Amino acid sequence: MPAEARALPGMRRGARAPADRPVRVVARGLGVRHATRRVAALAAVDLVVERGERVLVTGASGAGKSTLLAAVGGLLDPEGAEVSGELTVDGAPPRSARGRIGLLAQDPDSQLVMARAGDDVAFGLENAGLPPDAIWPRVDEAMAAVGFRYGRDRATSALSGGEKQRLVLAGVLARRPGLLLLDEPTAALDAGGAALVRDAVARATADRASTVLVVDHDAGPWLPLVDRVVELRPGGLVEHGPGWRPPERAAGLGLPVAPGGPDLLGAERAGFTHRGAAAASLRPTDAALTSGRVLAITGPNGAGKSTLALLLAGLRRPSTGRVVAARQLSDGVGRGGRDPYRWRAADLVSRIGTVFQQPEQQFLTGHVRDELALGPLRAGAGTGTAHAAAAALMERLGLADLAEANPYTLSGGQQRRLSVATALATAPRVLVLDEPTFGQDAATWRALVALLAEQRAAGCAVAVVTHDTDLVDVLADQRTTL
Amino acid sequence: MTAAVTGPSPTVPMARINPVAQLIAIGVVTVVLLAAVDPVTPAVVVAAELCLLPAAGLHRPAALARRAWPLLTAAASVGLVNVALSGTTTPMAGLGLALRVLGLAVPGLLFVASTDPVRLADALTLHWRVPTRFAYGALAALRLAPLLAAEFESIRLARRTRGIEAGRNPLAAARLLAGAAFALLVAAVRRGSRLATAMDARGFDSGIARSNARGSVWHGRDTATVAATLAVCGSAVVLSVATGNWAPVFAGG
Repeated sequence: MPAEARALPGMRRGARAPADRPVRVVARGLGVRHATRRVAALAAVDLVVERGERVLVTGASGAGKSTLLAAVGGLLDPEGAEVSGELTVDGAPPRSARGRIGLLAQDPDSQLVMARAGDDVAFGLENAGLPPDAIWPRVDEAMAAVGFRYGRDRATSALSGGEKQRLVLAGVLARRPGLLLLDEPTAALDAGGAALVRDAVARATADRASTVLVVDHDAGPWLPLVDRVVELRPGGLVEHGPGWRPPERAAGLGLPVAPGGPDLLGAERAGFTHRGAAAASLRPTDAALTSGRVLAITGPNGAGKSTLALLLAGLRRPSTGRVVAARQLSDGVGRGGRDPYRWRAADLVSRIGTVFQQPEQQFLTGHVRDELALGPLRAGAGTGTAHAAAAALMERLGLADLAEANPYTLSGGQQRRLSVATALATAPRVLVLDEPTFGQDAATWRALVALLAEQRAAGCAVAVVTHDTDLVDVLADQRTTL
Repeated sequence: MTAAVTGPSPTVPMARINPVAQLIAIGVVTVVLLAAVDPVTPAVVVAAELCLLPAAGLHRPAALARRAWPLLTAAASVGLVNVALSGTTTPMAGLGLALRVLGLAVPGLLFVASTDPVRLADALTLHWRVPTRFAYGALAALRLAPLLAAEFESIRLARRTRGIEAGRNPLAAARLLAGAAFALLVAAVRRGSRLATAMDARGFDSGIARSNARGSVWHGRDTATVAATLAVCGSAVVLSVATGNWAPVFAGG
């Protein structure tokens, strides 16, 4: 017995202290209203999450999922948000329990702090003031728990998105949080990376030492991992029973088709290497964009899919091979002949519409209405025509109520619809879209797919860079795998 | 370039010297060279600095040229402009001025090439009690720099997709650049606030005294580095005085 007693302090370091046990979250009649908005972001939410339980909160884009997570995490700005009702983490207000709450957000690049993997995991432990000799064993333990395959000295910049996100998770778990909050942690990752992260969450929380709250509009992949699912709806929270499955987003879509037409744009052995880079971003590739057809460009991260999109869109000059427009497309351009890269922007915008992965990068004005009228104006349309086109598109895409809103303040789904609409506003005959369905909820997904099918039926040639297998299944007529 | 700034520790021999010792050495060299306007003092100091280039991994002429060309251009132009525009500056004095610029700048080159930013933050907070909030906050911000460079390129291309480009009009080009810079600023603020939330959530700057997992040790070789710097600068001044060239900047000359 005495020997055991003496061994105890040493053992305690590795063991879980009583304060580390999982927490219980209680919300009763919880409501949140952001100071700048008239409508409440969250209303009448009742939710109890027991110790060690894993709960998924799902719901459409803009339903208040992220607001709920921020409230539970004590991350709401007290001046920017008005909170009503009751919300406690182990009986205390979330803000005072901050040290026991771990958060994994969407974008790994905005969460990594250090240049070396081990240092990054140690960061949160240093902040807790742990002595150095207690830090490294816990770092190794956390890295093993998430299945991180590299050593402590691995450069974080050399990791893929999924591996980075795993590392961020290790850094969160190293602090042994009583509550782990996951805010759409796979939304910025490809399918392989998303699977890596879910696998890491499952492994690392298998001991039920943390209560887990996941927020994701894409419920399906989390179902094997969680104990129950609740859905945020405008009226409040709905509890789904065991065996619940999310509705198939691709079900019942009657998409118009069209006869194929002539080729409008082609890549001929087109490749691209950044100046000074050792390896090519895109190896010589052939692709043809055909009127009335959708071409899906697929392949793993880093294969050059987005680079091919930039070449086809006339935004980069191929360093080998060429991109050539058909005469039908290049007819009437002021400069550059059949080479889209040399066209004036005003000629380009009415011929090739491009949608980037990040909608915000393409917004230029302060109002949704002006954003939609901009393209036609630049292409030489009159003010009246441009605004009529903008009004028609807003009506068509359910953005009419937001005509005066600032594009930056829209939800993710609304921004995505707006960015596609801006590309359509000039009625280009070629559309190039980079991951248009990334992180979109089912409703936005269906709206986008219908919109693209409509463009195809109207004779548009569409190229889509995507990881989304559902999108490829329902829409692609041709495929290029890099 | 950015990758070299933010990547993990360079494995060059000079990386073994504590960053704080390197900063002290830079301080000594700076004070001595700012005080001396003769050609001999900077010549001795520059000669010693050049001997250290291999220790910072800058022995290959190509690697050196890539990092040092702006510096060499600046040093040469300072010398030439002084000789050309001032009637009283002799070519020898011009050479002295050029060497002085070089002697002041090469230590910075050595420091950047051999110092891991994380070790620097560790050393600054542990030896000089620089607030951790500042040191590690700056470190995290540094990591975002290459991401912002990529973001700026995307914003620039995105403008063309909306039908906007400057063409040959310099006024339009300036306006376009200002717009893109603003968009970049918005992106940077958003990314920065997300990073701040993530750091907050991991207990950064929460009022608890921060520990340091790596530590930062002051070795005998660090003392030796500072001593050697003092010795080189001392002998440079002595040589300068002995050869009758010594001309301190505050001597009314």
